[in-house]
Amino acid sequence: MKQLWLTAKLDIVESLRARWFQIYTLVFGGIVALLFLFGLTESRVLGFIGLSRLLVTYIQLTMAILPIFVLITTVRSVAGDREAGVFEYLLSLPVSLGAWFWGKILGRYVVIFLPVFAAMVGAVIWALIAGIEVPWGMFGYYTALIAVMAACFLGIGMLISAVARSTDMAQGAAFLVWLTLLLFLDLILLGVMIQGKVAPEVAVTLALANPLQVFRTAALALFDPQLIVLGPSAYVILDLFGATGYQIFALVYPTVVGLAAATLGYQLFRRGDLP
Amino acid sequence: MIKFQNVAKTFRRARVLDGIDLEIALGERVALIGSNGAGKTTLIRCLLGEYNHEGVVTIDGRSPRTDRTAVLGSIGFVPQLPPPLKMPVGQLIEFAASLCGSDPKRIFDIARRLGLDLDSANGVAGRQFVRLSGGMKQKLLIAIALGRDAKVLVLDEPAANLDPEARKIFFELLAERAESATMLISSHRLDEVSTLVNRVIELDLGKVVLDDRVADDVALTGRLDCRIVVKRPEAAFAKAMAVWKFTDRGDGLEWTGDVAGPDRLRFMGMASRYVALISDISLREVDEKLGASGTPN
Repeated sequence: MKQLWLTAKLDIVESLRARWFQIYTLVFGGIVALLFLFGLTESRVLGFIGLSRLLVTYIQLTMAILPIFVLITTVRSVAGDREAGVFEYLLSLPVSLGAWFWGKILGRYVVIFLPVFAAMVGAVIWALIAGIEVPWGMFGYYTALIAVMAACFLGIGMLISAVARSTDMAQGAAFLVWLTLLLFLDLILLGVMIQGKVAPEVAVTLALANPLQVFRTAALALFDPQLIVLGPSAYVILDLFGATGYQIFALVYPTVVGLAAATLGYQLFRRGDLP
Repeated sequence: MIKFQNVAKTFRRARVLDGIDLEIALGERVALIGSNGAGKTTLIRCLLGEYNHEGVVTIDGRSPRTDRTAVLGSIGFVPQLPPPLKMPVGQLIEFAASLCGSDPKRIFDIARRLGLDLDSANGVAGRQFVRLSGGMKQKLLIAIALGRDAKVLVLDEPAANLDPEARKIFFELLAERAESATMLISSHRLDEVSTLVNRVIELDLGKVVLDDRVADDVALTGRLDCRIVVKRPEAAFAKAMAVWKFTDRGDGLEWTGDVAGPDRLRFMGMASRYVALISDISLREVDEKLGASGTPN
């Protein structure tokens, strides 16, 4: 356990000094600042006003940015460390491979989740000071959604890092994974359905298997419980899960995907050449 | 103590190690030499349990791959290329000491002996490891490797970036461990390490092509008194002498100083660059019991 914490701490210390982390923090802090600056709390869309409106916009932007950010920075630093000889040296120290791999994941999880969460907390504090009503339920669920999103893409990133032997290959693979998930968002699926080339059940299953789509639908469900904007797929989702069931599914499924990817990555890492 | 039994490693189609059989006993100081691509680094990585390979590698009967923490706890490793770690030096020392279960003070002490300034306001303790000079990084990695009770020291070109003064202390540090540790010192060139070792193993194309015991005449703590006379004062020569901490009589013509025994070849290599300038040179082994003058201390 001590080795795991030491490795996690090492990764946190290294990340805090990395440029990607500074940019990452700046992006999410900047988004919240800009949303306040442009008076988003004053505007009204779909009946939402105040901090709810800001949180809805923030979660949508986070869903667009966080996955690719987490994937690219994870594979870059892990594969980059391997290429630069960091693994050769640090893995010559008496640390178990399990403690090393999972400690790295733990440390990285802290640094990718905290800035995004801190930006949301900052928005809440500002709302409390400005006397804007805080939707605590929405804040809690969105926090959980972001935590799960970070875990999911971190797990996928670690799997890619374990498979790819060079930074370039890892970066390419990470981008390809993100692009594939992006291509299978509901609009494209609906297009395919309309063309009649794929059965609607297959299209909806694909949408439900895509973590990006799962997050998107879950975020929508919070302010659009009937999922009207999704069109026909909404009937399948709501019949299958119900509104609350889907919200739970959106937290459980991506966590399982992330953990499964990380576990597979660990098995490959453990059995392969380390540096 | 260290056993390689029919060890082979293949990367895609390239066979980098090809049936290595070696036994290295406690107290042996082995030079692992060979040209680029000979397989030295791969052999070291197999010994550190970092590569999968054919055959068996054991240290005291245990595999560094399956028994990682126990085996690596007894190995001190200095890599040829320092890792680009961003963490401050103090934190790196604490991290390594915590993992190895050793006292960070021992590492700090050795780093200080090697000439690293860890205590002043401008000292290196708070600086990022990656921002140190090559020599400083090497001193620190040596301090981390030697600052614990390692029974095996694996040193990949350990003295390459050290100045003569630091090398002298490094040899003293190795001498202190000579009886209690096995040393595997990797280098491209035999002359860099020949005076440090009592066995030479040469690799070529993944095979052992030479395995020879060598006379252990050069004490790691040995010292040579040196005197050099030059025909005329020369700025470049004076600068080279200053690196070796030699002093002159004030006229830049007669220089005296001492050279660490294992560093004699390196020193003579430096002196050979000024062979046309040198009119007289003498190197005399110092008997530690008698002193340079030949009278008892």
